[in-house]
Amino acid sequence: MTNSAMQQLYQQIILDHAKSRNGAPAGGLPPLGEVGTVPGASPTGAGSGLRVTESHQVNTTCGDEVTLRIGVRGGEAGGPPASGGVPASGAEPTGDAVIEEFAWAGDGCSISMASASVLHDTVWGEDVATARAVLNTFREMLRSRGTIEPDEEVLGDAAAFAGVSRYPARVKCAMLPWVAFEAALLAE
Amino acid sequence: MTSSVSPSTRANARPLTDEEVDRIRNDFPILDQLVNGHPLNYLDSGATSQNPLSVMEAEQEFYEQRNAAVHRGAHTLAFGATETFEAARATVAAFIGAQADEVVWTSNATEGINLVAYSFSNASLGLGGPAAKRFALGAGDEIVVTEMEHHANLIPWQQLALRTGATLRFIPVRDDGTLDLAAAAGIIGARTRLLAVTHASNVVGTINPVAELVALARAVGALVLLDACQSVPHLPVDVAALDVDFAVFSGHKMLGPTGIGVLYGKAELLADMPPFLTGGSMITTVDMHTAEFLAPPQRFEAGTQRISQAIALAAAVDYLTETGMDRIMAREAELGQRLVEGLAEIPGVRLLGPPAGVERIGLASFDLAGVHAHDVGQYLDEAGIAVRVGHHCAQPLHRRLGVTASTRASTYLYTTTDEVDRFLATLAEVAPFFGVKS
Repeated sequence: MTNSAMQQLYQQIILDHAKSRNGAPAGGLPPLGEVGTVPGASPTGAGSGLRVTESHQVNTTCGDEVTLRIGVRGGEAGGPPASGGVPASGAEPTGDAVIEEFAWAGDGCSISMASASVLHDTVWGEDVATARAVLNTFREMLRSRGTIEPDEEVLGDAAAFAGVSRYPARVKCAMLPWVAFEAALLAE
Repeated sequence: MTSSVSPSTRANARPLTDEEVDRIRNDFPILDQLVNGHPLNYLDSGATSQNPLSVMEAEQEFYEQRNAAVHRGAHTLAFGATETFEAARATVAAFIGAQADEVVWTSNATEGINLVAYSFSNASLGLGGPAAKRFALGAGDEIVVTEMEHHANLIPWQQLALRTGATLRFIPVRDDGTLDLAAAAGIIGARTRLLAVTHASNVVGTINPVAELVALARAVGALVLLDACQSVPHLPVDVAALDVDFAVFSGHKMLGPTGIGVLYGKAELLADMPPFLTGGSMITTVDMHTAEFLAPPQRFEAGTQRISQAIALAAAVDYLTETGMDRIMAREAELGQRLVEGLAEIPGVRLLGPPAGVERIGLASFDLAGVHAHDVGQYLDEAGIAVRVGHHCAQPLHRRLGVTASTRASTYLYTTTDEVDRFLATLAEVAPFFGVKS
C-alpha cells in the first residue's frame, strides 16, 4: 500500500524516537528517590537540593503506561495542592527552577513512546517556564484536529506530532507522557 | 437446535458457502461502505456484531405500531407489547434449549453476572430466607474462575469474595491457551461453591471442555456459571444439555442491538434466589417496610424493561436460526483456520492460543514483534480493516501469555474469505512499514 496518510502520521522522527527511547534507562527506573538520567551518577537524596517527583499515567483504552520522574533544582518549589486535592496551576515550581534530571519508563505504542522520548529531549535541562510553554503549545496543537500549524520554533522535534491531531483516538497516546510530566511538575 | 456442541455436529455441518455469505451480506447495509477509501473489512465482530435489516425493522416496527410498557396497563397496546415481549423471551429461550421462565433479560452479559453475584451476596446477608441459604458464601468458601476470563467474569467474583470473605481461586492457562484441566481437578474441591468459566475465549479462541468442567463441579456440589458471550453467537449451544446452572450472553454480539443481554438460570435455582435490582414490576404486595417478590424471571427485572431491544434480539435469533447455527459454526471454523494458517506465514507474528489444526472459534489474536498492537490497528484501519487492539478486557490472560496487548481479528457469518486474505496481506506490510526487520 502506498500510504501517504500513514507516513504523515508516523513521521520518521516518530519512528526513530520510538526505537531510541531517549531518557528511558535500559534497565528501567532506579529505586524511588533517584532519577536515573545518568545511571549511577545521580546527585540525589536528602540535602542535594534536587526535588524529585514522579507520575505514573495509564491510557485505560489501550493499557499504555508511562512512569516519569523529574529532578528540579532552584527557584521556588510548588505550593501545596489546592483544596480537594487538585493541584492549582500555580502549584508548580517557579519558572526559573531547572529540570535538571528527567527519566521515564513505559510500555506502549510508537506514538506514546516516541512522545516520551521527544519530551525528554525537549525539556531536560530547560527551566520550568520554557517547559511549560512547550507543554501548552504541544497540547494546543494536539487538540486542534489538524487546524493548527505546528510552531517548530517552540516545539522542535515535537512538531512531528502535528499529524496525530487528525486522529482523535491517538491524541491520548501522544499526550500520555506530557500529562505525566505536568503531574510530576505539580506533585509535592 | 437441541444438540450441544459435539464432534458429530461439527463433522456433519456443511459450512456456509462463499455464495451464501455474499447473499447474507446484502442483509447488512453497514458493510457496504468505504472506510479511508477502502471497502470496509469488518473483523471486529467479537467486540460487537452488525445488525441485519430484519433486526432493525423489528425494532422500528415495534415503535411504529406497538410501543407500550409491558406487564402493566389494561389497554390494547400494552397487551400487544407484553405479548411480543414474552414471545421474544420464548424465542431466545428455545434458541439455547431453555424454558422461557429461565431467561432473565439484562442489559448485557456483565449485568447478568453481577445479578448472580449480588443475589449470592444478598443471600449471604440472610436475604431470601431459608431457601436462599444455599447461595450464601462466607469464609472458607471458594469461588473458582479461570485465568482466561474476560474482566466481566472476574471482577464481579473478586468483589463478591471481598464482600463475603470467600476466596477466589483460578484454573491456570497453559502456554497454548487451553485450560490446565489437571490443575482444575486439584482446585475444584469440597470448598468450591461456584465455578465461573467462559465457554469460548474472546482472546485465544479456544472452546473450553464444559462437560469435563461441569463434571468436576458436580462431583463437589458446586454451581456452574458459563460465560457464553463468544459461544451463543457462533455455535449451537444447548444450556440444558451442557447442564450448566447459569449462562450469560449479550445481544449485540449476536446480530442484535446493544442494551440487551440474557441471564439463563435453572428454574429451581432462580426460584430460590433473592433479587438484585429492586423496584417496580418485580413485586406482588408492598407496604412501607416490606415487599414480596414475583416469581422469576420478573423477580429479576426491576423497572421498565428493554422492550424493543428484546424484540430485536428475537429477530436476530430468528435470523441465526434460519441461517443455521451449525453451518455458521462450520463456516467460522474454516475462517478461523484460514486466519491462523495465514498468520503463521507472516514473519514476526506470534499467535496467542492453539496453533493451526486445533479447534477454535473464528477469531485470532496475535502479537507482532516490534510493533505495538495500537500501531498495527492504526495501519489496518487506514486500509479499511477494523480489528480490536489492546488487552480485550483480559489483562490477566495477556500477562500470562507474556504480552500487554494484542491485535484480534474476529469473523462472523458475513465475513468473506477475501476479507480474511486482504487482512493477512495488509498485515504483512506492517512490520516493514515500521522498519522492523524480521
